[in-house]
Amino acid sequence: MSKKYATPLLDELKKGAFPSFVKEMEMAAERSDMAADLLGLVELSYKEKVTHWKHGGIVGVRGYGGGVIGRYSDIPDKFPGVAHFHTVRVNSPSGFYYTSDAIKEICDIWDKYGSGLTNVHGSTGDLVLLGTRTESLEPIFAELSSRGWDLGGSGSAMRTPSCCVGKSRCEWANIDSMAITNDITHHFQDEMHRPAFPYKFKFKVAGCAVDCIASIARADMSIIGTWKGDIRIDQTEVKNCETKGMNIQTEVIDMCPTGCMQWDGKQLKIDNSNCNRCMNCIARMPKALRPGTEQGATLLLGSKAPIVTGALMSWVIVPFIKMEPPYEEFYELVGKIWEWWDENGKNRERIGELIERLSFPRFLKEVGLEPVAAMVKEPRRDPFFFWSEEDIIKK
Amino acid sequence: MSELPQRQTDIGPPHYEKFLHPVIKKNYGKWKYHEILTPGSMVHVSETGDKIYTIRVASPRLLSTNTIREMADIATKHCGGYLRFTTRNNVEFFVDEEGKIAPLIKELQDKGYMVGGIGPRISNVVHTQGWIHCHSAATDASGLVKAIMDDLSEYFTTKELANRVRIAVACCVNMCGAVHCSDIALVGVHKTPPRIDDENVKNFCEVPSTIASCPTSAISPDPSKKSVKIKLEKCMYCGNCYSVCPAMPISDPDNDGVAIVVGGKVANLRSAPTFSKLAVPWLPNNPPRWPEVTDAVKKILNAYIAGAKKHERVGEWIGRIGWEKFFQETALPFTIQHVDDFTFARETFRTTAAFKWT
Repeated sequence: MSKKYATPLLDELKKGAFPSFVKEMEMAAERSDMAADLLGLVELSYKEKVTHWKHGGIVGVRGYGGGVIGRYSDIPDKFPGVAHFHTVRVNSPSGFYYTSDAIKEICDIWDKYGSGLTNVHGSTGDLVLLGTRTESLEPIFAELSSRGWDLGGSGSAMRTPSCCVGKSRCEWANIDSMAITNDITHHFQDEMHRPAFPYKFKFKVAGCAVDCIASIARADMSIIGTWKGDIRIDQTEVKNCETKGMNIQTEVIDMCPTGCMQWDGKQLKIDNSNCNRCMNCIARMPKALRPGTEQGATLLLGSKAPIVTGALMSWVIVPFIKMEPPYEEFYELVGKIWEWWDENGKNRERIGELIERLSFPRFLKEVGLEPVAAMVKEPRRDPFFFWSEEDIIKK
Repeated sequence: MSELPQRQTDIGPPHYEKFLHPVIKKNYGKWKYHEILTPGSMVHVSETGDKIYTIRVASPRLLSTNTIREMADIATKHCGGYLRFTTRNNVEFFVDEEGKIAPLIKELQDKGYMVGGIGPRISNVVHTQGWIHCHSAATDASGLVKAIMDDLSEYFTTKELANRVRIAVACCVNMCGAVHCSDIALVGVHKTPPRIDDENVKNFCEVPSTIASCPTSAISPDPSKKSVKIKLEKCMYCGNCYSVCPAMPISDPDNDGVAIVVGGKVANLRSAPTFSKLAVPWLPNNPPRWPEVTDAVKKILNAYIAGAKKHERVGEWIGRIGWEKFFQETALPFTIQHVDDFTFARETFRTTAAFKWT
């Protein structure tokens, strides 16, 4: 089929070893006028070095306040196929596992109503269907939901939670990150589909401190698996690591951040009371070392990207919590945090920013969390602290 | 619309269990250890003795249904119909016998897939929409990724590094890709303030929320026009006002460009997670291959390769040699933009007399 537009700049990106997104657009363009016009529009952006998309308007499906991102071209006369080019966020299954049949079913629906282009997955973790018209949104939702798929979050709502592979295929998972993610998602359907928060709220669940889901950097609440007690050691396998060429002294012992390990050539010793569970030794010797058996999670709060006043990483609010069904203690705490955020947060203020504005001590008091040393890197360095009425000695 | 099936609401995502390969389902929570076999394959071994082999390929993230169907067909033919996607836009195929790996990899490579990305090397790039779909993009994302990964593909498919190097691209400072904790990250930036379209501010924007969106309080009301005004010397071009108010366009073809930040990580291994820090404040948007950007990335990577000790991430290597040395080793210029003047600036000044001569 001859191309609708000449795309000399994009054609350059069909060359090279890495898979080409331009080829993807071209394949979709053979069936879809929307994708064909997308090629023309993006080529123009490459020429002019500027985007040709406008802000989204409010579009969606009946009864939901999110899950669809409105998108319109700023030159619809030139590229009518992308006059509307809305995004549908399909809530992915935990761990991003699919069967061939299931993902083809989504493709069938998408080929019928959309551009045939997707992101698998978007940054938050939704299966993103990229480019459709307003009048197709209800049919797409009916087709998806009747087959067991639902939409993810957008706007000032709980966003689609996501997680690492956890116990499904990782020996380091200290919590069942996929089950937890699935439970949170089902528990908070209303909070996800009907935006009512000051701003977005993201949960990301990592099975261990390697944090393959980057929860500490991009989740308002980061749930990171950890353990208490001793690292399990298989001394024979430790020795085998050395036999296979590993320098245990330099690669493991010397790299331990707490200096809590010793190796005499025969036996590996760990002073577990001084271990901070960073995962380095375990990651170096997966066959020889395993996390301890009393497992749970550390809860951290507040991370976000730089907008508005600088990037934040999540910080510890609960050093250890058992994350087992029905997760009552966890949901109770989330409820209190959201209530506090609702009461005090300004429009478009993330939970981390709110705590910065009102103070972490005030958050702890009002949400009902006891201060512990694990919550800070170091105590304050200034002498400007508050006391309450009951701390004052009265004559 | 009568032919449409009955819609359902608030059913949530399907349960993951029905998408799990039988070996994965049977050994859920029983995995004992794993080994990396080749740059594109690894085996996980269960306490039951069962093994699952994972084969990983890169995807461009923007996928047509054609390619998804092709992947699904490959999974049906080789993997019992099971596959998985990763947070870094890779695709994983599963087989339960070692002998099934080679035919699967052959078919994947014959069809043009790039196999690799496991272990101490460059995995696929986390990135955002760019000019493909975003209104606030200061650069394209897919094109930058393609240009960089074409140049660095052998670090995905074969070559080893001191440790993994996580690359990310965000097309504006909103950073939908959470690039702020990556080994090497590119971020689209503006260099000029937004232009105020008074008539449209009046019609489309809420003045208080537009004012509140500015991190440096550069925006104030302009009651005579029922619009807003900007103190230009206070604006640092973040574009957050444009996110809130479409009548304040900020894109500028000649001055929008790409900044490079380096040395971040999210894992706790050895040292705490860290933010990426500024290496290059601005390079021009020069599509389709952004040669200035790919050159700078290669300078950083080559200096890391030359200087890093085994298992050191980019940030750990820089931490050991010092930032002053980083600029020397990479031959990247240190400029006034590198000196922080934002929220956490004071923490970044050198409060010691100990530093290296460069």
